[in-house]
Amino acid sequence: MTIQFNDETFRDDYTFRNSEWAIRRFPFPFHEDSYMYSVNMERHRGGPEGSVYEKRFDVDEHYISEMRDRAQVLADDPLRCQSLPHMTLAGWDLLELIMVSKSEDYPDLFELHRDGATWRWVNKPLGIDDTFTFMDESSLPYGPMEYITRQTQGDFAVLDQRENNLWMDAGMVTTQADWSLDFDIGMNFFEWHAPVPMAHEMGVFKRALKFLLNVQQGSPARRLNWTMTVNPLLDTSPENYHKWGIQKTMLTPENVGRKQHLRVELQTFFRLPRSNALVFPIRCYLIALEDLVTVPKWGRRLHRVIRDLPEELATYKGFIDNRPMILDYLSQYDDGQTTSPGIWPDLDTEPPLRR
Amino acid sequence: MSAGLEKLPVIVTAKVKLNDLVTRFEFAHASGKALPPFSGGAHTVVEMQDGAKTRLNPYSLMSDPMDPTQYAISVRRDAAGRGGSVFLHDKVQVGDKLMLGMPVNLFALDLTARKHLMIAGGIGITPFVAQIKQLQTTGGAFELHYSARSQALASYADDLRAAHPKRVNLYLDDQNQQIPLERLLSGQPPGTHVYVCGPRGMIDWVLATAERLGWPPEAVHSEEFLAPQSGKPFTVDLAQTGKTITVGEHESLLEAMEREGVDAPYLCRGGACGQCETRVIAHDGTLQHNDHWLEDDERDGSKIMPCVSRFEGSRLVLDR
Ligand code: FES
Repeated sequence: MTIQFNDETFRDDYTFRNSEWAIRRFPFPFHEDSYMYSVNMERHRGGPEGSVYEKRFDVDEHYISEMRDRAQVLADDPLRCQSLPHMTLAGWDLLELIMVSKSEDYPDLFELHRDGATWRWVNKPLGIDDTFTFMDESSLPYGPMEYITRQTQGDFAVLDQRENNLWMDAGMVTTQADWSLDFDIGMNFFEWHAPVPMAHEMGVFKRALKFLLNVQQGSPARRLNWTMTVNPLLDTSPENYHKWGIQKTMLTPENVGRKQHLRVELQTFFRLPRSNALVFPIRCYLIALEDLVTVPKWGRRLHRVIRDLPEELATYKGFIDNRPMILDYLSQYDDGQTTSPGIWPDLDTEPPLRR
Repeated sequence: MSAGLEKLPVIVTAKVKLNDLVTRFEFAHASGKALPPFSGGAHTVVEMQDGAKTRLNPYSLMSDPMDPTQYAISVRRDAAGRGGSVFLHDKVQVGDKLMLGMPVNLFALDLTARKHLMIAGGIGITPFVAQIKQLQTTGGAFELHYSARSQALASYADDLRAAHPKRVNLYLDDQNQQIPLERLLSGQPPGTHVYVCGPRGMIDWVLATAERLGWPPEAVHSEEFLAPQSGKPFTVDLAQTGKTITVGEHESLLEAMEREGVDAPYLCRGGACGQCETRVIAHDGTLQHNDHWLEDDERDGSKIMPCVSRFEGSRLVLDR
């Protein structure tokens, strides 16, 4: 299908909206009526047609506006994009991975023409048509990682692999859920997850690291993570907490359906071939509660998940204070009927809301 | 991460005999597509159909990592081995089709290093050939010290010396030349990483010398693929799949599981990567650990690496 790109903002007047199409393909993260933390990795090898899992790098109606928001964040704070000197090769790897993937997966939007080291890249939505020399940084306006991630939705952590560990040595991070590249740059896997509060959690981290060290070329992996954000704000960075933290106090029973968003990260992991580094794209999808409940199964289930979530998790995810208000709202959409297993909306088979 | 890993169908485009022991095989993608780039030090698992038997042998890629038109491996004929190298030498011809596993790197360059000091013995030269080509493209200081039995058996020494006369040093056993290891490891600038690939004895020598001279362990890299050892046949119960299988004399436990259609993970098939690690549920007998992976305290009967390790005794139950 051809994508109708939205003209919208993720700040100030927040004109961000999801179309009917975007709502139905939203990556709803709960496959049952309760939630338990787990690493839940699976192969990133396509998915149902039209779903956000289908392509290697999903492009949707928010593409152009998200890229405009990224450019604004970078103009205000250039340190959101950093790459240590030994990571340039990984940057070229990433540029190649994205250009090849997007031109194959979206031939009507992106084209890549390669003639030896001379590459021509056409990005129609953003109006870019550049010819450059692969592996020659001087032929691009930015370093290779910055160049391509200014044109790709989602944050990117590029991790060097050495000493049986992963090192956060490059990244483009402008839409993060409360972490800072500038703080984490150069840290290894355990350092950037610190402080790890409980000893038994250490086992989870060790297993996750072992899994990631073994992600191989040609076999990318993915998982989902989620949190809650007030207003469709992409840049919920610690640097800007003073700006967005306060928005949590502006929620009212009248505006909660419109302002409270479920924020889902589609995290993928690819081994980069030339550098043997690992890239970790973190793609953020936002949906307002009032849009989410138009899918009856999701309305029922989200109510139950949020209601039964342990206190520590609601605190960790930053919505403990607003939980009663969110539950009041969601309870209107939970009529107690059972839900079908799995994450899909099942609009044709799930019963409508009984009032 | 196992039999489900992506594979590359290739066609043999060249078979070049370098000397009495070593033959190079070159491959192109069977349908003419580009082969994926890789990083210097990566290996591929070559899948050979030898009659009813599927042979899977790992070899270092030694072509230019940036060249998508071909892959190359160099195979040392191991007459005493289990037959994979002999099969390649004697049976595989130009035009034959094979399957290759996607490149996997367990011997990567540390790109934070200021200098790469490479020490090769015999056929252990192959990963360095690809790494040197990588460094030629990306820039990076290196020095190679390569020891071989004789000039005739010093595969690629001439090419390497012609391309990098100041950086490549050759030592021949039949001329009584030896790598001046002690001196080399003492006189390096800070930020140097040392890499060794070759026979077991050489690896031990380099690791021990580096340790004695105070090299930090993270700056010392080695790669050795073990070939699975033959041994007495034994029987294994697989708890998850409910199968009972017998491992033949010249077969590894991993190969026996694959033969029986059990989806068992692997990457290196040589006891180095850890991927095949399997929990031992019960055993009555002796586990023969032949891997480089398990820590000493894990060799307590709780785990086994089926790609290289065996068992002798009356009963073994694995979590597979
Ligand atoms: S497959 Fe690598 S250790 Fe067994």
